[in-house]
Order: sequence, then C-alpha cells, then structure tokens
Amino acid sequence: MACKGLQEGETVASLKKESESLKKKLDEERGKLSDIELNQVAEKVEVLGPLCIKTRRVLKGHGNKVLCMDWCKDKRRLVSSSQDGKVIVWDAFTLNKEHAVSLPCTWVLTCAYAPSGCAVACGGLDNKCSVFPLSLDKNENLSAKKKSVAMHTNYVSGCTFTSSDMQGCDKKANVWDMRSGQNVQSFETHESDINCVKYYPSGDAFASASDDATCRFYDLRADREVAIYQKDSIIFGASTVDFSLSGRLLFAGYNDYTINLWDTLKGTRVSVLFGHENRVSRVRVSPDGTALCSASWDNTLRIWS
Amino acid sequence: MTINTLAKGGWDREQMACFRKMEKVIVAMQDPDMGMKMRNQRLLITVIPHAMTGVLGELLLWCLTEAVHLSGMLVRYGYIYPLKEPRSLVLRPDESPYRFQTPYFWTSTRWPASELDYAIYLAKKNIRKQGELMEYEKERYSLLHKRINHTWDFVVMQAREQLRASKQRRKADRIVLECQEQAYWLINRPPPGAHNVLDMGLERPNNFSKTVGVFVYDVPSLCICVCMCSFVKYSEQYQNHDPIMQGCLPSNPWISDDTAHWTMSSEIVPTPTRLRVERWSFSFMELLKDIMGMREFMLYLEKEFSAENLCFWQACEDIRHGESSRILEKVEDIYKNFLAPGAARWVNIDSKTMDKTLQGLRHPHRFVMDDAQMHIYFLMKKDSYPRYLKSDLYKNMLAKAIVPQETKKSVFPFMRRQRHSSPSPAQAVIQVTEEDGHAKGAGRAGTNSAAGSHV
Repeated sequence: MACKGLQEGETVASLKKESESLKKKLDEERGKLSDIELNQVAEKVEVLGPLCIKTRRVLKGHGNKVLCMDWCKDKRRLVSSSQDGKVIVWDAFTLNKEHAVSLPCTWVLTCAYAPSGCAVACGGLDNKCSVFPLSLDKNENLSAKKKSVAMHTNYVSGCTFTSSDMQGCDKKANVWDMRSGQNVQSFETHESDINCVKYYPSGDAFASASDDATCRFYDLRADREVAIYQKDSIIFGASTVDFSLSGRLLFAGYNDYTINLWDTLKGTRVSVLFGHENRVSRVRVSPDGTALCSASWDNTLRIWS
Repeated sequence: MTINTLAKGGWDREQMACFRKMEKVIVAMQDPDMGMKMRNQRLLITVIPHAMTGVLGELLLWCLTEAVHLSGMLVRYGYIYPLKEPRSLVLRPDESPYRFQTPYFWTSTRWPASELDYAIYLAKKNIRKQGELMEYEKERYSLLHKRINHTWDFVVMQAREQLRASKQRRKADRIVLECQEQAYWLINRPPPGAHNVLDMGLERPNNFSKTVGVFVYDVPSLCICVCMCSFVKYSEQYQNHDPIMQGCLPSNPWISDDTAHWTMSSEIVPTPTRLRVERWSFSFMELLKDIMGMREFMLYLEKEFSAENLCFWQACEDIRHGESSRILEKVEDIYKNFLAPGAARWVNIDSKTMDKTLQGLRHPHRFVMDDAQMHIYFLMKKDSYPRYLKSDLYKNMLAKAIVPQETKKSVFPFMRRQRHSSPSPAQAVIQVTEEDGHAKGAGRAGTNSAAGSHV
C-alpha cells in the first residue's frame, strides 16, 4: 500500500470518505462490464459423471491437530506440521515416516517442501520461519541443523518455497507484485474472513475459501468475482481450497469435518467426502494430480483418490 | 477492515455467523406447519413434552442430502440433545428420543460460559445428590472452590435457591430443565478426552489498520466472456490429463498400489508417454517446464542455429531462482556470453530493451534481466515454438510416445501388492546428474574398461 503522511487539509475521516467513493466508482465500472456468470458460459460443457473418490491412505502419527501439509515434487512424499510442535516428512505411499523434527514451539502453523526435495521450511508461534535440510543419516539431529530464514513480529501463518503472490486478509484478497511490493489488485466480496486462496492452474484466476461458508472464484484479467460456490446446507466456514490438475474440480475443506467437491465451471457441488473427525485444516492436490491430501484437527492426514 | 463491535467480550465473529445459521435451521425445524413432528414422550414414568423420535428419519425427509452429517453437527453443538444417555451428544440411528435445546441455553446466547455459572451448576449437582458428580467434575469443583473462594458463599446460596425453585416445578419440567442444563455444560465444559466442539484454534490478531489505503488499479479489464471462455477451454484441454477425473494409465498408484505410472512419468525416461508429449503443445510454458521437453526443444534450436536464445533464458531463470550470493557473478557471465558486443552467443534484443538492461547492470539484482528475458521468451514463443510443433522432430516424438496399457483390475482383489519405497529426493542430490557429468562418467568408464581388458 502506498503510505504518505497526511497532506494539508486532509484528515483520516476525509481520506476514508474519498476511498469509499473511489471504491463505489470502481464497483460501478466493474458492473458495467458484462453481467454474465461463469456457470452461464459453461452451460454447454458436459456435466461431470459420478466420481468415485475414497480414502486410500490414513497417515497417523501426530499427537495433536495437523495444521498444514505440503507435497514433495516426487508426488508421493509430503511434509506435515502439527500443534504438537512436530514436523513430519512421510512417504505417503508406503505410510513410512521418514523424518521427524520437534520444534520448541507448539502450533507449527505452516510447512513447505522445497522443490529440490532436500529441505523443508516451517513456521508458527515462534515467529520464525526455519529451514531444515533433510538428512538421511538416522542419527543426525535435524533440529541442530535448522536455519532461521526470517523473523516476524507475530506468528508465521504461511510459508512456501515458490513465489507466492497472494494473500487473504480479513475479507479482502490482495494480489501483490513481488518486485515492487505494490498491491496490484484487490477483491472484497466475501462476507467474512478469507482463510485460504489458491491460483487456478492457468494462473489467470484464483479461488478463495472463507468463514462465510462460501468459496469464490475471481478472474484476475476481468478483475472481478465470477462464481460463488455455496449451498444452504453448508453452514460451516471453509478453511482451505485447491484445484484439481485441470482446474475443473475445486476441493474445499470445511470446519464441519467434510470436503466438498465443486464443479468450478458449473458452480455445482459434485460430491462430499466424509471421513475426518474434526476440522479439515488443509487440502492439497498432489503435483501430478493423482491424489488429494487432507490434513485435519483429528490428528490424521488422509489421501483420497 | 473489519472491526469487532460485538459487545460480548471478544466473541469470535466467525463463530457467531456459524451459530446463527444453525439456529436458523433449528427454528425452521420447529415450525408448527413445516417443521418436524413432536409429541409427548414417555421417559420411564414421566411424560416429557415436545420430544421427537426417529429423529434421523425425520431429518432425512426434511433436509434431503447430508442430513446425517448436518444433524450430527446439530447434536454435537447441543441444539438437539438425547433424552436417554444424555451424556453422549451423538445422533443415533434409532428410535431414541431427542429434544430441541431451549434458546436460553444456546451456546451463542450465554457466551462465554462463566466460571461462576459452572460453579453454581456443579454445586447444585453436589447438593442434590451427594456423589452424583463424576470424577472430572469433582476435580473441577475443587479447583473452582480454590479459585473463586471469595464468592463461594454466593455460589452455594444461588445453588440452593435454584434447587428450591425447581422443586416447585412439575417433575417433567424439572427433568427437562436438568437435561437442558446438562447438555449446555457438556458443550461448554466438555469432559476430558471428549471432543471439544468449541475449540476454535489460535485467535487471529485483529487488523485495525489506521492507514487509509488507496489502491491504484492499472489493470486493463478484459471482456468477461473472453475470460470465462478461457477457463472452459483450459479445463477441456486438460481434462484427459486430470487423473482424479479421467483416471490415469496404467493405473492410479494410490488405488492399485502399483507405481508403474510414476515410473513411466519420471523426469527422465527413455520414451515419454503420449499424454506428456501432447502437453508440450498446450503452451510454451508447458514445454519449458518439462525437462525432457526443454531438451528436445534445445535439440531443435541447435538445428536452427538459435539455441543461444534458450540458453540465455535458462541463465536468466537461474538468476531469478538462485542463490543471492551468486547473482553478481551470474549476471557478469550472462553479459559476457550473451549481451556484450561480439559475444560468443549473442542474443538479438531490441535496442530499447538492451539499453535498459545495460543500465540495470550497473546495479545488478535478482530481476535485472527480466525485460531481456521476457523479450527472448516471446521471440521463441512466437517464432521457434510453433515451428517446433510442426517439425518432424516433434512429430516423431509424438509417434514414438507410449500409451500405457490400462491395468485390468486384479483377479484376486484381496491380494494387496507390496508397496515399495522409493529413493528419497534428498539422496539424489549426492549424485551428479548434469549432462556434463554423464559425459565425464562415460569417459572414465571407457578408461576403466580399457584398464580392465589388460587383466
């Protein structure tokens, strides 16, 4: 955000008013452009057949809520972090735990697998983002090798190795230019806090999950919301979203312990996945799109396919 | 920015919205015309009014899909509670009776549940029937006794008063009230080990921003139709490549426990799969993202004597994603090899971009090559890439590409395949995998065999 000191004759109140009127003008302009919704354009698209998606693996081992997970590029390994302060690297295919690191803090809110497959990053209540190299020597104390890469003034809620250009804060989703540090675009149509945002595979759009129990789809080039995924029977907030490889399916994890599958184009719900016994904190599709992993407050991770 | 104006001391706005929605459902369910059937229910010898049996069946009729799940949640949050086995807030698929919780005891109404109220509740239980408190309740009772000792007289007095008032009620009403109160406390003070539905995780710091942000929109808005058609097109194009939707060949490893699919799709294989080679034609980025695709493209460019473009692009990518400490040396290398007049692999950039880049070289940083890289990227994309797709090189690749046979479901479904582990990527780094490395290795092997033959 460009921040200048107050100029002469300006007060916070007057600037607020000005910004409100600018926002209104912007919404009007956006509204003038075509009024079509995505599901109308997608009417001619074939309806999706029934999908048989079941739990194929259950990863047990965390002692407390699993807060975050990330896939490795090799499509079968993943790293997960939990409220018990542990970060575990699993081979999800064989259910083997390959590495486990204990952090001095509880609530490890985020973790990420390095593209090289040789390290993991994590952060949480310790306000730090730390990187651990993954050593295969069983006796090596991984905690001793950790390297702090960032210090924050409050808890670290997200970290990733690739350039992440987006952030959801309050009800707004903001798109930032990493080089200039400028906020390039902003979307505010959710009625409550946004918990998660994810780019559409082509990079031209993104989806968001919010406490208002809806997920929304925003087009970056058209600069507006183009679809809402909601149902009267879905009452609990959505905490996480991810797209399938083609972008046709949107997986959303909710606080009512379920995962809903949405047809991104038609806006309809395709299926519901039951199985977790507590909130779903994170869903991620594997890098080759063969499976979906969900992490939950019931201390487990599930692989669905 | 959202500002929390709710007076109920620090109530999470997320929870309020959620509770309100559940309460709406509950109210609708009790609608005299459209709601669920309720009648008097005999519990032991007392008749409890407004109870429902066969709750699951009723709810199924009423809410169609997800009835089981949604109704289970309503019970978990205490909006509906069981009359038999009231300690277990679980929806049973049988004829056991349930009741709607009175709004007075809705979680949102009396939030937060105060220590004082809990103490009074436990005191009542204790006085009413000595030894009725459960172990954990006894522990909490004594803890509270220590903590709010100063008001203990008040607690006991209140408890006695409430018990006296309830004695004057009819037995049915008294039982109902006790059940309601018990259900309320099961939610707000769950027994140890029980699922705590009110666990909301970490509190989010409120973002009271005092600065007024004015966002500058410089984004040209594209026609909506065009944008949305692009999503339809994209999804259609990739549909066959989406394993969750179309399955994958020979089989999805997670379902069949067979890793053949991964073996066939690994980074470097002698023959890539057909789907993979097809993807190279979807977009230039897809080609470059795939290591084999990039290699093939490089071969093609070498034939056309324009390989320096791709080499330049790769070098720029290396700067963007590489270590900060080596940026300076890499930038100098690029200048020497690609940009300097008379350079060995000089790339053709327009003068404006070249000037800007040279300017930037005075203060090199991670993104200093961006403009030049973009220029070369588009050059390749518009010119070399389409010609590559039409070339024999690509067409042969496509023809050679394998289409794996779909694995028929095994005859003995109960036999589970052995799940083999794979080498960790962390191990792979130890081995040198660069092309030069291979060449060196081959050279060494040659001398070894020569040496061997002397033996």
